Amino acid sequence: MASITLDSLTKSYGQTEVLHHIQGEIQHGEFIVIVGPSGCGKSTLLRMVAGLETVTSGQVSIGDKVINDLEPADRDIAMVFQNYALYPHMSVEQNMAYGLKIRKFPKAEIKRRVEQAADILEIRDYLKRKPRQLSGGQRQRVAMGRAIVRDPQVFLFDEPLSNLDAKLRVQMRLEIRKLQRRLGVTSIYVTHDQVEAMTLGDRLMVLNGGYVEQFGTPIEVYEKPASVFVAGFIGSPSMNFISAQASKGQLTLPDGTTLASNTSANGPVTLGMRPEHLKQHGSGPIQLEVDLPEQLGATTLVHGRISGTELPITASLNGIHAASSGDVLRFDAPVEQMHIFDAQTGKRIE
Amino acid sequence: MLSLQIRGDNIIFASPTSFAGSDDPMLKHVHFNKVLLPVLLVAPQILITLVFFMWPAGQALYQSFLIEDAFGLSREFVWFENFQYLWHDEIYLQTFWRTAVFSALVAMLAMSIALILAGFAERVIKGAGAYRTLLIWPYAVAPVLAGALWVFMFNPTLGIFPFLLEKINIDWNHYLNGTQAMGLVVAAAAWKQIAYNFLFYLAAMQSIPKSVVEAAAIDGAGPLRRFWTITLPLVSPTTFFLLVINIVYAFFDTFGIIHAVTQGGPANATTILVYKVYSDGFVGLDLGGSAAQSVVLMFIVILMTVIQFRYVEKKVEY
Ligand SMILES: Nc1ncnc2c1ncn2[C@@H]1O[C@H](COP(=O)(O)OP(=O)(O)O)[C@@H](O)[C@H]1O
Ligand SMILES: [Mg+2]
Repeated sequence: MASITLDSLTKSYGQTEVLHHIQGEIQHGEFIVIVGPSGCGKSTLLRMVAGLETVTSGQVSIGDKVINDLEPADRDIAMVFQNYALYPHMSVEQNMAYGLKIRKFPKAEIKRRVEQAADILEIRDYLKRKPRQLSGGQRQRVAMGRAIVRDPQVFLFDEPLSNLDAKLRVQMRLEIRKLQRRLGVTSIYVTHDQVEAMTLGDRLMVLNGGYVEQFGTPIEVYEKPASVFVAGFIGSPSMNFISAQASKGQLTLPDGTTLASNTSANGPVTLGMRPEHLKQHGSGPIQLEVDLPEQLGATTLVHGRISGTELPITASLNGIHAASSGDVLRFDAPVEQMHIFDAQTGKRIE
Repeated sequence: MLSLQIRGDNIIFASPTSFAGSDDPMLKHVHFNKVLLPVLLVAPQILITLVFFMWPAGQALYQSFLIEDAFGLSREFVWFENFQYLWHDEIYLQTFWRTAVFSALVAMLAMSIALILAGFAERVIKGAGAYRTLLIWPYAVAPVLAGALWVFMFNPTLGIFPFLLEKINIDWNHYLNGTQAMGLVVAAAAWKQIAYNFLFYLAAMQSIPKSVVEAAAIDGAGPLRRFWTITLPLVSPTTFFLLVINIVYAFFDTFGIIHAVTQGGPANATTILVYKVYSDGFVGLDLGGSAAQSVVLMFIVILMTVIQFRYVEKKVEY
């Protein structure tokens, strides 16, 4: 059983602690995405699981075996790197066979596995080529092939798609998902791209400044973000945040507008509303003065301010919408789609 | 005639600098005198090349067609007679062979030790700076001083090493034993070149992406295996480059060391081609024969330079 347990995992470089007591249970066969802005410690966390970085304190286990002190080779993992890290002097075939040769697999078995992986990834025609004779997408496939031939207990991915163009990225994203489903191998996938995170992960671990902000399914993270950070990071376009005063279930915005809500909080709070949840309504309480409409075809993003203030707010309208700068649109804020956060700590208040 | 050793290096190293910044767009806006300034700027280099390289080379070439009597009173133009003589000279042919062995040993020793040291230096984390600096020092030592150092250490009566060797029943006397003398000059010559090779190997190893080595570690390769199957093949362009440089070094730049350590002896056991040019010309006073030998060396330098440019510039394929 290849479950993974991170128990109070901490990493310091010298005096600086970059990961703080990371806690998490990953089930066998699960696809976990670690997501967060650049520099938040995603790679470091992944590399600690891989054995490429030492653990400062805490424990990593695979199954019920603590692997803190095992060499990378002995952890039965495979890793796909951002720059692919193919061996430049070896052919595609040799790249994939390298790990098997070292593990002394019989020749016939190596051949069978390499060919099978090549078929799955549709790189059969390139087996004799060197990495430099391949396109970015093909190299990516070879890197995946090198990981799957070994049939490891765990796959680790460190931003494997970030060097590809947008279209290829979408395609490879789907393929990685399908492949992982098919093989059923426990996987940890690191990315800074929230769309990738939402589409790939069974669960997301949202990381910020070395802390886990939230660990849950994509829907949980979207519907019940645990903090202002998660709420703003996940979802596109980003959530609107307005500071407000809460009392007796009512919210008062800085411009004096009052909104009905079902919050039990009292005092200063941060109100979060996703642009797609603002409902246009002729007599709605929120007045949006348009600065700039963005026509995306399927939707129109209206960027503007709350009338009479400098508070920025964005709404997403279905279809093509002819709004122009200076117009005032009115919106309803549905109670069940409001997110209320503590103004001080940024934590969600139910 | 000894300027030949410098000439060997000069041909190889001069060319990269001579291209530098020739078509920098920034310069196009500034109009200096179109003829005078460029000429003035390159004049010193050209002058040095002419006076110290071209002129002696021409002299050597001319000299190699002459036979001079022992007192330097008369000279006779003999065309290729000096070369014909060399071709049949048993001792000269032996020297050729000896030089080949000497160069191969120096290159192999200097390169393999440098490679191993660079492999370790890559892994050292604490005190890496000090370790690297210490390794680079020998390169700054003048050849004659390096030779003197080894002479002291291996002096049969006073040196520390013969004293230690005696304890394991090895009788060290490189003044009498040709093989030992050869071993000593090979060691001294290689020691001086290790630093240079080390720098190149270290740079080459540092340019290998870290993730490639990490991928190999995850694939199950231990440090030694990674060194053999990843690092070594990936630094092969550097290996080829250094091979040429080291052979050129062993051929031409080891004069100082040999002169200080053995003076070519005992019984010519450590006389390599450059040393023979010197001893035949300045000691034996056979100026024509010596000049002919230096012309042969000149062609060897040219040949190696061609190899260097043809293959190293193109990069070894991997
Ligand atoms: N070798 C190192 N020495 C010191 N600090 C490091 C080292 N590697 C990473 N860091 C720091 O650790 C933090 C997390 O880095 P990383 O895990 O690479 O972030 P991410 O992958 O999320 O972009 C960063 O602030 C980075 O500066
Ligand atoms: Mg990273």
